[in-house]
Amino acid sequence: MTRVYDLAHGRAGDKGNTSNISVIAYNDAAWEILQKQLTVDVVAKAFSHITTDTITRYELPKLQALNFVIEGALGGGVTRSLAQDAHGKSFSSLMLSIEIN
Amino acid sequence: MKNPNSLRLGVGSSFADDRISPAVELAKKGGIDYLIFECLAERTIARENQTKLKNPEKGYTPRLLERMQAVMPVCIEKNIRIVTNMGAANSVYAARDTRRLAKEMGLGDVSCTIVTGDDVADLLKVNPQLEIMESGEPLESLLPQMVSGNAYLGADVICKALETDAQVVITGRVADPSLFVAPMMYEWGWSYDDWNKLASATACGHLLECCAQVSGGCFADPGKKEVHDLARLGFPFADIHNNGNFWVSKVEGTGGRVDLATCKEQLIYELHDPYTYITPDCILDITNLEMYQDGVDRVRIEKAKGRARTDTYKVTVGYDDGYMGEGQISFAGPNAVAKAKYASQVVQDRLKDRGFQYSEVRVDLIGMSSLHGNADARIEPYEVRLRLAMRTSSKTAAQAVGFETRALHVNGPSGASGGSDPVVKEILAVQSVLISRSLVDKQVQIQRITS
Repeated sequence: MTRVYDLAHGRAGDKGNTSNISVIAYNDAAWEILQKQLTVDVVAKAFSHITTDTITRYELPKLQALNFVIEGALGGGVTRSLAQDAHGKSFSSLMLSIEIN
Repeated sequence: MKNPNSLRLGVGSSFADDRISPAVELAKKGGIDYLIFECLAERTIARENQTKLKNPEKGYTPRLLERMQAVMPVCIEKNIRIVTNMGAANSVYAARDTRRLAKEMGLGDVSCTIVTGDDVADLLKVNPQLEIMESGEPLESLLPQMVSGNAYLGADVICKALETDAQVVITGRVADPSLFVAPMMYEWGWSYDDWNKLASATACGHLLECCAQVSGGCFADPGKKEVHDLARLGFPFADIHNNGNFWVSKVEGTGGRVDLATCKEQLIYELHDPYTYITPDCILDITNLEMYQDGVDRVRIEKAKGRARTDTYKVTVGYDDGYMGEGQISFAGPNAVAKAKYASQVVQDRLKDRGFQYSEVRVDLIGMSSLHGNADARIEPYEVRLRLAMRTSSKTAAQAVGFETRALHVNGPSGASGGSDPVVKEILAVQSVLISRSLVDKQVQIQRITS
């Protein structure tokens, strides 16, 4: 098993109640693995206790990056969320904690 | 402009309470033509509207004058123009007080031009049919609680303010990238049919708008992603050529880093569909964008693409959404987590017995599950801090959360320690609608402040 953390870095941003998390490959080999294996289903499973709303995956091959847009993840959005991490900034490390084969 | 072939834009903040000294350093050593301060988060302007209601001379970014005091001397000496959205809900008084400060500092008569017209609350009241983007509901449902409505204006109006030759341009709500797009349009004479150049300008603005987040902030992971001298992060600048290509960099000798990794993280930050990033100036497409390392701490960016801007403005509607009450208390050593869970139940039982009602209850075990949730899957830590946060329309009910939590010192499980002072927050939430440009443009004004 490999963690996404060993293959990529990333950052989480917020817009309303939606979190977007980038996953940026460290090299060509890592990009190939991530592109094939870090699917919406895999991410949805890792975030299932946070939201079951729609997750969209965008590919940016020139930057060797993926962008996951995760709806309903922010407790109503940064302005009304009861969470300590209302922005969901720590979600990038939840993404990087995912294990893949 | 110092260099006829290149324009250098520096950024001095990414939010209202950002560090100030790196902005001064950038102005002193960065060779910049413009210093741009972005200080308005989504709901900040709603808060400032409330401030202005209480005091008609306030309602601009509270640290405006502190920032201006720090940067104005060097900006005036080096003829660096300042562009900022620190006007928030009151650009008139922001400009007046900036000018007054400049005189007090012996800097003379500093010219200020403001942009107003982003406040669309009155327009919203007569357009209750507008659809809330987040929920699909009509705006009418929010109007009774509405405290503010501000449209994200674009670079065109900031450009008009720059045409007045003012040293300082102050706006309220504008799209963050537009603060950067405007000087490029103004200096290079770009117009609203040159979509690829506007896209490039928007990509540049997007990379800079969060300031140090592109130059090493929000990035370090010790032993894995090293960032040198994070305490002395240099704020970034961009060099833009007339063809739209641009470079992101920072002042030599400052902390931080500017490379492909920092630029990629920031490019994708708060962006959804990379083919369609909508701003008031264009629709940006970064799917073919390319980045190259061009020397130490210097990245070249090319091939942003653009499509025509839409005929609407996005509007942030601020509204009262009740209260949040919060309490925290800690436990350590054997059975700490079980004690924290028991404590949580005790507080909830007490609140129920007292007849308070909450529409949402959040229980966090800090050190275990407060950020990523899923307490049952985590290893128990040695110490844990219980945090209870609850939503309610009653201020009394909100206050009770913190008081009942702190009372656990005496009445709760053994070893309850370090209870926090009770916290009550008035929730000022935001939703968005789209409004026709033509309705808003009629009320936009560019005004030279002379008082």
